[in-house]
Amino acid sequence: MTASVTAPRRRLRGWKGARRFVLPVGGLLVIAFFLFPYAVMLLDALRPDSQVLATPPTFWPSTWSLDAFASVVGNETFQHWLRNSLVVAFAATAIVVVVAVPAAYFTARFSFRGRILFLGLVVVTQMFAPTSLVVGLYREFYELKLINTLTALILTDAAFNIAFALWILQGFFRAIPREIEEAAAIDGAGRFGTMIRIMLPLTRPGLVTAITFTFIAAWNEYVVALTLIQDEQLKPLTVGVSSYVTQYVQNWAQLFAASLIAIVPVVVLFALIEKHLMGGLTSGAVK
Amino acid sequence: MRVPGTQAGARRSGRRRSIGTAGPLEALLWLGPALVLILGVVVYPVIALVTSSFGEFSITGLRKGDAGLDNYAKFLTSDDLPKVIGNTVVWVGAVVLITLVLSLGLAQFLSKEFIGRRVVRWAVIVPWAAALVITSQLFRLMFDYYHGIINQLLLGLGLIREPVDWLGNPQFTMPSMIAVGVFVSIPFTAYLFLAGLNGIPDDVYEAASIDGARAWQVYTGITLPLLRPAILIGIVLNMIYVFNSFPIIWILNGSNPGYGNDTLITYMYKLAFRSADHDVGLSAAAGVFNVLLIMIAVAVYLRFVNWREEKRA
Repeated sequence: MTASVTAPRRRLRGWKGARRFVLPVGGLLVIAFFLFPYAVMLLDALRPDSQVLATPPTFWPSTWSLDAFASVVGNETFQHWLRNSLVVAFAATAIVVVVAVPAAYFTARFSFRGRILFLGLVVVTQMFAPTSLVVGLYREFYELKLINTLTALILTDAAFNIAFALWILQGFFRAIPREIEEAAAIDGAGRFGTMIRIMLPLTRPGLVTAITFTFIAAWNEYVVALTLIQDEQLKPLTVGVSSYVTQYVQNWAQLFAASLIAIVPVVVLFALIEKHLMGGLTSGAVK
Repeated sequence: MRVPGTQAGARRSGRRRSIGTAGPLEALLWLGPALVLILGVVVYPVIALVTSSFGEFSITGLRKGDAGLDNYAKFLTSDDLPKVIGNTVVWVGAVVLITLVLSLGLAQFLSKEFIGRRVVRWAVIVPWAAALVITSQLFRLMFDYYHGIINQLLLGLGLIREPVDWLGNPQFTMPSMIAVGVFVSIPFTAYLFLAGLNGIPDDVYEAASIDGARAWQVYTGITLPLLRPAILIGIVLNMIYVFNSFPIIWILNGSNPGYGNDTLITYMYKLAFRSADHDVGLSAAAGVFNVLLIMIAVAVYLRFVNWREEKRA
């Protein structure tokens, strides 16, 4: 009798107690699942090349070596790739901010003819990946004589990332009470001044998210760069690193050392905006 | 074309949120730069794609003349097309479906409070943040017949008796690529669902627990229906992303000849840039075909989003 009354409660307490251990253990498994490949990458980058292609492969290196990192970092071509990636990502991000902030503010706050048409155009943009249009992009930049230039990459990365930045920023602009702007207008601030001085500081999380997303997208872009850039010195990292492993050479340790240099900064950036991700997804991508 | 929420949203914001109206000239001033970039680098390539699809090109990419509908005829009657379309259906269908199921579970797990949750969320982000081409290169080595850690791991666990040629054996190439596709699609999708889960008010669950509903009943009866909008959006967005996905197939299938494992996207790419005849016109026709497919997906997406806005309003 007493047992049947207390049993469920004890079971509940048992689960509550177990939860404290089961959930973190589950968490460790999830971490292991998602990080395992990148751990393989790191450990392969930290051993001599001959050991990467051992049969059978080993998870832990038997000899540790920083040679791969040293030769990658010291290589002039790699330095070009890194510089190209930085130039393209920073320039594309700057353009997106300059172009998307006024557009987001204006569409969030003013009604005008063609508003729906403009927003419709932006939605359609968001659906097109450069990949599906790559033949068209190639034709365009061929006609403009921009094949083999970073300009072509910058323009492409900027144009295809406007949509996402615009949605995120628009969501943040809309959430600001309009009384704030009305007060600014009474104080005699022009529309542009109001946006820069009053509104923009209030949308900082949105701005940071938009900037980070654009930067990462441009940094990671592959197919357009693969198509438009033939000059070894002008390749960005994503395309460049592939030349460590081809039909003729198999420098896996160097490939992975270079890859880690390429992914660690963006992973850190992404982790920094992690808490904004969900807000960004609901107001941005999901919109 | 209808735009998400603007039909209802514009009217709503027109009344409550906008602080004024603006003339076309002022609108042009504010939107001009964005408009120029979008028209110049997104819309123009669409036009260039369509015009190229009606042209005949030399191997070096010079336009030789009009081809009429020849490129389309050649593309649609190609012997490789049925196989390529089949691959695309399998690739998109399998990746989206498996991603969806696993992401639902992962999102549910990540919504719980526990020590170290922050770190787990950071770990989940990594495949999302890392360049796809780099993750693909990494899996190319991990799947390797001789030197890959995956064979080693499965042999050690006794799951396989002898090494498998994951990327070389046609039977395993597509499943291996699908596995990588799922691996990189889960983070975004799980975060999308996590956002959906966070949007469900706690009192809904409290009411259910007072009614004595079991965990599984709560999940199927309350959580899943309330997640419906997030799930629909997850399906449509992933369909578009996975359809357009290039690096995984390009890298993992890179050393296999022919079009046996190609999807419409990599097939199109090879026609223009890697095949012996560098046929820009034919590739452009394939590109138009792909763009039309994506347009259909966009239409479906917009319908879902509109449906969601109406529900919310």
